[in-house]
Amino acid sequence: MKIGVFVKQVPAKDAPLAIVEGGAWIRESDIGFETNEPDSYALEEALRLKEKHSGEVVAISMGPERAKQTIKEALAKGADRGIHVADNDFFKLDPLNSARSLAAAVKSENFDLILTGLQSDDQGFGQTGVLLAELLGRPHATIIMAIEVDAGGGRMKLKRELEAGWFQWVELPLPAVLSIQSGINKPRYATLKGIMAAKKKEIATVQRASLGISDSPTQRVERIYVPQKTKKTEFISGQPKEIAAKLIEKLRHEARVL
Amino acid sequence: MKILLITEQRDGKSSKVSFETLAAAQQIVQHTKGTLTGLVIGKGVAALADELAGYQLDDVLLIEHDLLDQYTPDGFSIALRQVIESAKPDLVLLPHTYQVRDFAPKLAASLGKGTPGEGGKGMIGDCIGYRYENGKLIFVRQMFQGRTAADVVFAGEAPWIATFQAGAFRADLAVKHAGGKAPVESANVDLKPEQIRTKPLELFREAKQAVDLTQAPILISVGRGIKAPENIAIAEKLAKLMGGEICASRPICDEGWLPMDRQIGSSGQTVAPKLYFALGISGAIQHVVGMKGSRTIAAINKDQNAPIFEVADYGVVGDIFEIVPALIEELEKAHH
Repeated sequence: MKIGVFVKQVPAKDAPLAIVEGGAWIRESDIGFETNEPDSYALEEALRLKEKHSGEVVAISMGPERAKQTIKEALAKGADRGIHVADNDFFKLDPLNSARSLAAAVKSENFDLILTGLQSDDQGFGQTGVLLAELLGRPHATIIMAIEVDAGGGRMKLKRELEAGWFQWVELPLPAVLSIQSGINKPRYATLKGIMAAKKKEIATVQRASLGISDSPTQRVERIYVPQKTKKTEFISGQPKEIAAKLIEKLRHEARVL
Repeated sequence: MKILLITEQRDGKSSKVSFETLAAAQQIVQHTKGTLTGLVIGKGVAALADELAGYQLDDVLLIEHDLLDQYTPDGFSIALRQVIESAKPDLVLLPHTYQVRDFAPKLAASLGKGTPGEGGKGMIGDCIGYRYENGKLIFVRQMFQGRTAADVVFAGEAPWIATFQAGAFRADLAVKHAGGKAPVESANVDLKPEQIRTKPLELFREAKQAVDLTQAPILISVGRGIKAPENIAIAEKLAKLMGGEICASRPICDEGWLPMDRQIGSSGQTVAPKLYFALGISGAIQHVVGMKGSRTIAAINKDQNAPIFEVADYGVVGDIFEIVPALIEELEKAHH
């Protein structure tokens, strides 16, 4: 089974976010980056499917040069090769043009299965997997909590998470695109052996500009900003003991909830 | 501006977030001076169209087909594409549910397919509000897990698709129809079984809900800041002293540190206790939608910019491993 897994590089979870003047984006110069956590579940699922059914796992990431690090991490965990779709201004793309670029970059791979995370922790559009399916003419399912590929490899049974504690089994033919729900598995760590092996694995680079995807956007982010507070928060400060005494006092006598 | 509102139903009832989105659509149509059409899709859903027609709308479209009885992304997007291409709305609004996020991007991308310029429309998803400024509609959504907001506008030609997050608007502000009822019209769609590639199977709930968190008056909730499973004990101790239940944000349940039925947020339970006490929870959107209705919210987080403080009444910027033991001591002191 030939599996393509899309992994995005995003600002590290604990990175302090500063917004550039004018609000076009965040200041990237002083912060660290990491693999988008929801995508690490998709990668793990791809590796497990390969271990079970054999085949190949290709990790694809779009972004500036630094995005290669995310591909390298995927290779160290066991992906076989990588495709870097290079674009320094990736953050300016809308979801549809992102997906069009990715679809164009991988079309000739003819993956049996494409996996994505549920959404990115930076822009959080949550559309890439569904759009890739539409653009590549494949069926899709999202928010997947279990994948069972039948013996012939032609169909899959999938457990979808719905809202409020409900689930549903659905059946899909392959090839297909799946968006994986976070928590479906426990992502592995790269081993030293894996990291060494990754050095010999291939990362192909495709310039996004060479794919012939128009930049005419369907939507435009005018500015990003720190949201205005809708509620006035009373901050309590001091030594831990003082804070505890003040907070209990307020919960008891001001909010009257204790 | 011509607006089409697509509602969602489950178990023969329109969801609450459908009426929230209806309220949003009614407000937007007042600014943009246009028309508002409601849409109900499924099989055997005429009663829901009738219910929707009792609200202030120009008309209601009823889309029924045997192949729409069970939701499939193919069935819903093919049917809705036909309706949108014939009704030609400028703006299509939907509630941002798991079902909508499963098909709406596909629907948007399929609009105008086969026309010169390849077609394909955009969707602004998961909006928390909008502004109407100088004749321009600006959608507000969150980025960076709620740490920033973003103003987003549509570009290019209509139709445009936008979805609103649960709780972004108040369902009780949806205005009833002034003159009785809006007309309901059935629209035919052409669907064939071979167009539907997904085969939906059984719906089920995982384990029996061991604890009904919606009934708990006090909830102590832990997030990533708790760092390790053995640390949950201090939160449990605090919960016991306060007479509350313990719950968590999604990552904690994903890790298996607490069972899934203790999860609060869009994929877990929605709660509104008298006190919600968030320990080391950053306040990602998916969590906040499940608890923002709480009467009083207290939060401890080491990051003063954590979005949980957007909704907190009382905030402590600090280390939960210093503050929680002090709270326990303070409460135990009172017990003696």
